[in-house]
Amino acid sequence: MKIINCPLNGPRNSSEFVHGGELRQMPDPNRCTDKAWADYVFYSDNQIGVMTEWWLHAPSGYWFIAERHTGSDEIMRTYDPSEIFTQRVEFTEKEECSPSEEVKA
Amino acid sequence: MPFSLLKYGLNKDYPFEQNADLPAPSALKSHYDVVIIGGGGHGVATAYYLAKYHGITNVAVLEKGYLGGGNTARNTAVIRSNYLTSEGVKFYSESVKLFQGLSNEFDFNIMYSRRGQLTLAHSDAAVRGFRQRTEVNKHFGGKTELIDPQQIRELVPTLNMNPADQPVLAGLWHIDGATARHDAVAWGYAKGATQRGVELHQLTEVTGINTENGKVSSVETNRGKVNCGCVVQAVAGMSSVVAAMAGIRMPITTYPLQAMVTQPVKPFLDPLVSSPALHCYVQQTGRGELVFGGGSDPYPLYGTRSTMDLKESLLAHAVELFPFMANMRLMRQWAGLTDMTSDYSPIMGLSPVENYYLDAGWGTWGFKSTPICGKTMAELVATGKVPELIEPFAMSRFDTFRQVNEMGATAASH
Ligand SMILES: Cc1cc2nc3c(=O)[nH]c(=O)nc-3n(C[C@H](O)[C@H](O)[C@H](O)COP(=O)(O)OP(=O)(O)OC[C@H]3O[C@@H](n4cnc5c(N)ncnc54)[C@H](O)[C@@H]3O)c2cc1C
Repeated sequence: MKIINCPLNGPRNSSEFVHGGELRQMPDPNRCTDKAWADYVFYSDNQIGVMTEWWLHAPSGYWFIAERHTGSDEIMRTYDPSEIFTQRVEFTEKEECSPSEEVKA
Repeated sequence: MPFSLLKYGLNKDYPFEQNADLPAPSALKSHYDVVIIGGGGHGVATAYYLAKYHGITNVAVLEKGYLGGGNTARNTAVIRSNYLTSEGVKFYSESVKLFQGLSNEFDFNIMYSRRGQLTLAHSDAAVRGFRQRTEVNKHFGGKTELIDPQQIRELVPTLNMNPADQPVLAGLWHIDGATARHDAVAWGYAKGATQRGVELHQLTEVTGINTENGKVSSVETNRGKVNCGCVVQAVAGMSSVVAAMAGIRMPITTYPLQAMVTQPVKPFLDPLVSSPALHCYVQQTGRGELVFGGGSDPYPLYGTRSTMDLKESLLAHAVELFPFMANMRLMRQWAGLTDMTSDYSPIMGLSPVENYYLDAGWGTWGFKSTPICGKTMAELVATGKVPELIEPFAMSRFDTFRQVNEMGATAASH
């Protein structure tokens, strides 16, 4: 069994962890184009090399970030997301449609 | 020693050159009308139909390893068309039909064997799903029925009807389900293609793709640069890596998929048996071995190592289905790289680069589609028009949120 070093719980069996996908900038869902949103949800780099990824330690519900080589499966580093996310991410409100548009709809 | 054998041994003309399956390796030319990246089943099938139906023979298939050494050699060779969506069923049914005629067409035995495939339902939700699949399949001319536990017992008397405390409630009996010798499919297509003038270059890796004004002009290889009229990419687990050389980003994540095989025993299991709930499918090959496979690895990786975790879980489930398997010995275990899409349907057709065509996203289910992929990709290259059968599988479906969801019909990954 492979061991993964959880920043919160220390070394644990890999079966306790869930892969959460590549770390990437989330576009503002209320302002971005459909294409940009599709790119964010479906597309990925998926290359061979060291990737920065989200991982979840399922039993404790704790999300963290890992730098992992996708060819050798070696995990270089795991750390708390606060290293990258120093500020709260705020999204704009969904734009209300104007009354005239509503009538048409 | 029999005299006739001695005669052959001393005969200068033997082995006969014209009987050689593949021509001897040649130098790479500086230009081909069509360059096909990947010498798996899909690549050589495309080359074959280009030559056979469209008279296009200035074609090179570039393969970094050896012919059919990728997933074509690693899959468990389940052939079926009992999918869920009308797009899927139409497409895979065409492939099953082509498979049935391949041995005759190649004059080479691909050992196609129609056994029927039985998928087990262990929950009411699964039974409902099976009902829908039965109707969709029948609508498109397929032979699929919903059968009850008594009929299942008659078909597979050795099956445990209560595996892992999940009673078998019903079965999706797909009479068209079949298997074939996977290597022979690649060899048959390669032989047919090279006889018609196509060049197959093994040990030739594409390392770069050059574009000019949004069109591919040439590819770089470990044996030098090759100019080309257009490119077809058919590299299975390397889809994202090769596409990135052409500046294309894909909606794909690459996971290892493992399978294993036991020692041969007397024939006892005719149908291919699959339990999506137990993530396990089992079948007996023509040589008597039991081949079985299951779910993908839990996270993405470009590695074909075997893992203890998978062995443990897969064996546990296989033994639940057929308890006497606990006494059998494993011969081999292996893995392949599968390029998974989020809707479990392939990515075929045009790409953002004008003369660069994609045959990708074949994940864990692309052996069965080898003939129809070759045929439709060849038509696309020859005519420049996307054949109707593969229109729904365009990569652009992700940009417009029009996925073709086959996840349920692919649950035990094959
Ligand atoms: C364990 C397992 C079980 C499976 N079971 C089934 C099943 O039961 N039924 C089913 O339908 N499907 C199954 N599949 C899926 C099926 O194997 C694949 O979808 C199918 O073989 C893909 O065919 P292909 O010709 O596209 O790929 P491949 O046969 O993998 O050919 C691609 C080729 O491209 C080459 N290549 C890659 N990069 C380069 C480069 N840069 N330059 C040159 N060449 C390159 C590779 O060496 C490879 O030979 C299974 C897969 C696995 C791994």
